[in-house]
Amino acid sequence: MTSRSYVAGAALSAIGFALLVVAHYLGLFVAPREAMMGDVGRILYVHVPTAWGALLFYLGAFVAAIGSLWSGRRGWDAATTAMVEVGTVMTFLLLVQGSLWARPTWGTYWTWDPRLTTSAVLAAAFGVVLLLRRLIDQPARRATATAVATIVAFVDVPIVYFSVKWWNSLHQPVSSRQTIDSPMMQPLLIAAVAVLLLGIGLSVLRWRVELARLLAEEAAPDLPDAPAPLDLSGASGAPRG
Amino acid sequence: MSEVEVPAPLPRPAQPGLGSVLVGVFGGVLAVIRKDLLVEWRARAQVVALLGFAVVVLLLFSFAVGPDSMALARHAGGYLWLALLLSSTLLLARSMQNEVESGALEGLLLVPVPAASIFYGKALANTVLLVLVALVALPVDLAITGAAIVSPGVAVAVVVLGAAGVAAPGTFYAALTARVAGRQLLLPLLLFPLIVPALLGAVKATTLAMTGDPMGQVPSWLTLLLAFDLIYWSLCGLLFEKVVEA
Amino acid sequence: MSSSTPVVQARDLCRRFGRRWAVARVDLDVQPGERLLIIGANGSGKSTLLNMLATLLPITRGSLRLFGRDPVQDRAEVRRRLAIVRHAHGMYEDLSARDNLSVRASLLGRRIDIPRLLEQVRLEDRGDPIRAYSAGMRKRLQLAMLQFEAPDLAMLDEPFSALDPAGCADVEGMIRALPGAVIIVSHQVERAGKLCDRAILMEQGLMRWSGPASQAWEAWRAVQRDDVRTGGGPAGATAAGGAP
Repeated sequence: MTSRSYVAGAALSAIGFALLVVAHYLGLFVAPREAMMGDVGRILYVHVPTAWGALLFYLGAFVAAIGSLWSGRRGWDAATTAMVEVGTVMTFLLLVQGSLWARPTWGTYWTWDPRLTTSAVLAAAFGVVLLLRRLIDQPARRATATAVATIVAFVDVPIVYFSVKWWNSLHQPVSSRQTIDSPMMQPLLIAAVAVLLLGIGLSVLRWRVELARLLAEEAAPDLPDAPAPLDLSGASGAPRG
Repeated sequence: MSEVEVPAPLPRPAQPGLGSVLVGVFGGVLAVIRKDLLVEWRARAQVVALLGFAVVVLLLFSFAVGPDSMALARHAGGYLWLALLLSSTLLLARSMQNEVESGALEGLLLVPVPAASIFYGKALANTVLLVLVALVALPVDLAITGAAIVSPGVAVAVVVLGAAGVAAPGTFYAALTARVAGRQLLLPLLLFPLIVPALLGAVKATTLAMTGDPMGQVPSWLTLLLAFDLIYWSLCGLLFEKVVEA
Repeated sequence: MSSSTPVVQARDLCRRFGRRWAVARVDLDVQPGERLLIIGANGSGKSTLLNMLATLLPITRGSLRLFGRDPVQDRAEVRRRLAIVRHAHGMYEDLSARDNLSVRASLLGRRIDIPRLLEQVRLEDRGDPIRAYSAGMRKRLQLAMLQFEAPDLAMLDEPFSALDPAGCADVEGMIRALPGAVIIVSHQVERAGKLCDRAILMEQGLMRWSGPASQAWEAWRAVQRDDVRTGGGPAGATAAGGAP
């Protein structure tokens, strides 16, 4: 059971990685150059799937957090952590990619684009959940804290997005993205599947490792033996006092 | 080990009606607010220190920006809310520390007051205190930056909604971190990213209350604040029991 | 409410902290109005047991019924009927005795004759925050609160710690006056034993002995002799193939 999910996790990660290579070969060398942005536009094939993946894994973490809170089972706790971790890694990648894209396109590494700003806020919000988790030793309390912090942070995602969008639209037009031509669609979709599989594979691996750690931490030692009956007959004298 | 003896089922006490349940929840909230405000009143030297802190933060902003009166006035709303936010973490942490310090939280859990009432009581008390901080910080902010309030109604609404938006998740996270090592750092780290939408709404609406609102944008920002408040007051109230019983 | 339902019914009660069993295999019944003394060395699981009985600590294994009810499902009802006095006094340091009593009463949703209660515990002229109170004053205040609440099950963790003889006498009198069942955890075996009907002795999380409170001191001595003989506790005893 355990080894099978390790194998599955590793296999999914490998397939995901292989697909990623294929997608980027297609994206970098086969797909036509993007009309407005030129070769810079090819970052699209990694950037957009990363964004989808980050949101998807946060959503998964949100669901697992509800499961963890509801059932109190460590499997859900480990799954929450695994997906928050994968989502956070993707968010950080997203921030780096977004800045790299923004520099040649908008002339700056950082802009108050709703998507970029939301990613930054999410990276902070979910990163702290992982930090919080490290600081609590008691397993039950840690599971609860992780779960509620994940739920509270996830609910913030749409609010942050719309508030920044609104805030932004009042002093500069929101960056619009062109509709994507079909020859560009193919590598994009392959890359999306690749990121998804890679993320799932890593989540499964991370989930198993975390679960094994949690179970080892809480492995029940044998109950102590029932005590020997106490013999009072040898008690000498009346109580002192 | 013989099997557990299960006693005959007891006659249940008469189920209280919805009315008396609501009275119980509401009464619990009032008792908790009263308690928190009483504790703050008895330790009011600390509240005064908190007000002083907010004022000092405002002064520091004005020094950092320099004597450019245009820039100061333009960002007066931002300074106000950052000062409030920085003060709020001290206030929120202390409010929960009062409970943890001598095991009062356990005592609170044993009285017949639902956990949600404890949350709403504490969050409302914290809202009141934050509004108080804002009432002191706002005039100082105006004096330092040279800005003026053109629509007082809007300003009042923003202060109340914004304070509530900080207080609900703040009270919640203070409870979550109350027994964690490094809580002084964790509370702002958890709270600040979360309340970015409330901060945006509050700063924008405050600025519009100072500069006037020719485009009619104020209602949108107040709606954003209200939506944020509704979502987090409900969600945190729902989850609070899990946090304190863990 | 039938008066014969045990106040506490614990079967195979266990609590684990990480990899350590703090309390294991405890079977315990407490009848209404009964007074039980729990003794044992430091770290023997007495306070953990008490916190579980007070619904403040979830149990890891076994079953627990309080007043014939499930303490998780009927938490509010169960908690309404019990009270605990611990070292952490559960009051607000910045409030005076009077304020603390009035806060407590309003949380309980009950009316309280504060001046009378304060007079009873000789704190009527102290209007300052309890931060400045002595251990004895705090304990008297806690017990006054307990008397006012008059729970069906009162639990006291080390009620005599840090008290001078006069303070101990005060506390003894107040415990005697409690109406319901009482569970006391104490190192003061003789003093607390006089207040109780029955006693149990905890050793390394296990219930080593149970009997009349009048024999608690003998049991305490016997277990220490036992430890000396076998080189320390039941763990040593089992390693040596059981007590001789």
